[in-house]
Amino acid sequence: MASRYDRAITVFSPDGHLFQVEYAQEAVKKGSTAVGIRGTNIVVLGVEKKSVAKLQDERTVRKICALDDHVCMAFAVLTIFVGLTADARVVINRARVECQSHKLTVEDPVTVEYITRFIATLKQKYTQSNGRRPFGISALIVGFDDDGIPRLYQTDPSGTYHAWKANAIGRSAKTVREFLEKNYTEDAIASDSEAIKLAIKALLEVVQSGGKNIELAIIRRNQPLKMFSAKEVELYVTEIEKEKEEAEKKKSKKSV
Amino acid sequence: MKRQLTHLPGRFWLWPSFSAASLLPHQTPATNSWLASSKLHSAPGMALQDVCKWQSPDTQGPSPHLPRAGGWAVPRGCDPQTFLQIHGPRLAHGTTTLAFRFRHGVIAAADTRSSCGSYVACPASCKVIPVHQHLLGTTSGTSADCATWYRVLQRELRLRELREGQLPSVASAAKLLSAMMSRYRGLDLCVATALCGWDRSGPELFYVYSDGTRLQGDIFSVGSGSPYAYGVLDHGYRYDMSTQEAYALARCAVAHATYRDAYSGGSVDLFHVRESGWEHVSRSDACVLYMELQELLEPEPEEDASHAHPEPATAHRAAEDTELSVGPGEMIPGDSRMPAGTETV
Repeated sequence: MASRYDRAITVFSPDGHLFQVEYAQEAVKKGSTAVGIRGTNIVVLGVEKKSVAKLQDERTVRKICALDDHVCMAFAVLTIFVGLTADARVVINRARVECQSHKLTVEDPVTVEYITRFIATLKQKYTQSNGRRPFGISALIVGFDDDGIPRLYQTDPSGTYHAWKANAIGRSAKTVREFLEKNYTEDAIASDSEAIKLAIKALLEVVQSGGKNIELAIIRRNQPLKMFSAKEVELYVTEIEKEKEEAEKKKSKKSV
Repeated sequence: MKRQLTHLPGRFWLWPSFSAASLLPHQTPATNSWLASSKLHSAPGMALQDVCKWQSPDTQGPSPHLPRAGGWAVPRGCDPQTFLQIHGPRLAHGTTTLAFRFRHGVIAAADTRSSCGSYVACPASCKVIPVHQHLLGTTSGTSADCATWYRVLQRELRLRELREGQLPSVASAAKLLSAMMSRYRGLDLCVATALCGWDRSGPELFYVYSDGTRLQGDIFSVGSGSPYAYGVLDHGYRYDMSTQEAYALARCAVAHATYRDAYSGGSVDLFHVRESGWEHVSRSDACVLYMELQELLEPEPEEDASHAHPEPATAHRAAEDTELSVGPGEMIPGDSRMPAGTETV
């Protein structure tokens, strides 16, 4: 049955599936894991960095992109796309243009919800036209609006978007999401560093070889976005490992 | 054209049924070239279009038989602006409007005379148009243009409110209006307006002109009577005025302008935009107001003068040289239709 209905994007299957969209979602599941966390005064985006080939220049592989950076008000919209890198590049370009068009037309910078809606609408258009395939990407979009409230949105290839407190996309997203569901508490996001640690811990669940394969970016309220260097990530990772050891020591003491 | 218009200034669809396409903004060549570069991504049925030259109906513009904005049906070889100036109808012009921003909001005041040359088309028109609960616009220039563009602005703001969940700021509204009107530059559009509103950043005031000018400021006065109003406003304005002082200043400025400017008169409308929304404070007859102001200015001679004054039976405007004692007596109170200066001295 599936094989007869999965070629053209604009054709529903008898049981109501758009197979091309679902296949696009499968493509997303092949991408590297990304996690986004909304704290009280901070938003965190982390992604697994795939190990680069020996001769490849590491700096050209950037997964976290700024869509808009309003320097005077120091707020920004960050995004990470997981899935087909080329599709991501195209969508990011369109989103960046839209951010500036919006500023030109109405003088105000985009809200996170607006740009998410734009990206989602764009993705949906590609699920309803002849001769085109959907974008094989999911996005996590974070930022602060000018009312100072942090936001995290997730879009998927079908063009739907939702707001989240914390979410993960890509390979092993399910595992990470379960971890987040267990560990996202008011205490866990009480301070900025706690939120950052939660993001790193979530990624460490699924990332092999620790801190040097994690790319992290944060935005604090009223501050410009900050991309973490490998060293800074390492610092957090060592802190997390120390905490883990202490927790285990305490446990073993108790049990003895 | 039904394109991806979400990211273009002015989300308007061109409806073929509106033959006066001038009512609706049109895409400028600048945006069209941008569109062309992303053509591959926008039109549905693109693939078919390439292969068999088939055009899906909604990618076509309005009927080619209808005049488009910028393509007025004027005699060949004639520049539209010149043509309209020579042969076009005499449009309603000339006014005094003012607006200023202060601690407790924005005050908008205007006269109510609509004149067509030397003919007073309407002595009691309303030149302050509400856009939404927290936004007013004072209008000057061509009344018809102002009314139309304000309706378009109202629609645009309402649509954005529904989409975004909140009203756009006054700065956005001014930007939208000036962008929409700047496409009609050179076509004799004449709208000079001050947008007064209260948004998230407090009281805001913007001046927008139909050639695309958009200025933010604390005091604006627009119209043929504006020099007179500016004189009074610049003298008496302070940001920290009380509400009553602001009302008095606005009324005084418009009254003085109606006194001197032939195209201003009738009554004085006063509006106040507060945090809770706009409010029509008063409409007072301009002549009566001016009389009262003169009385306030001259307390001592008032007692003699009020006896010495004949009852204002003759509606004659005294010569400008005898300014002191003739102020109160020169106009018939309540007769707002009497244009100042029509009698020969």
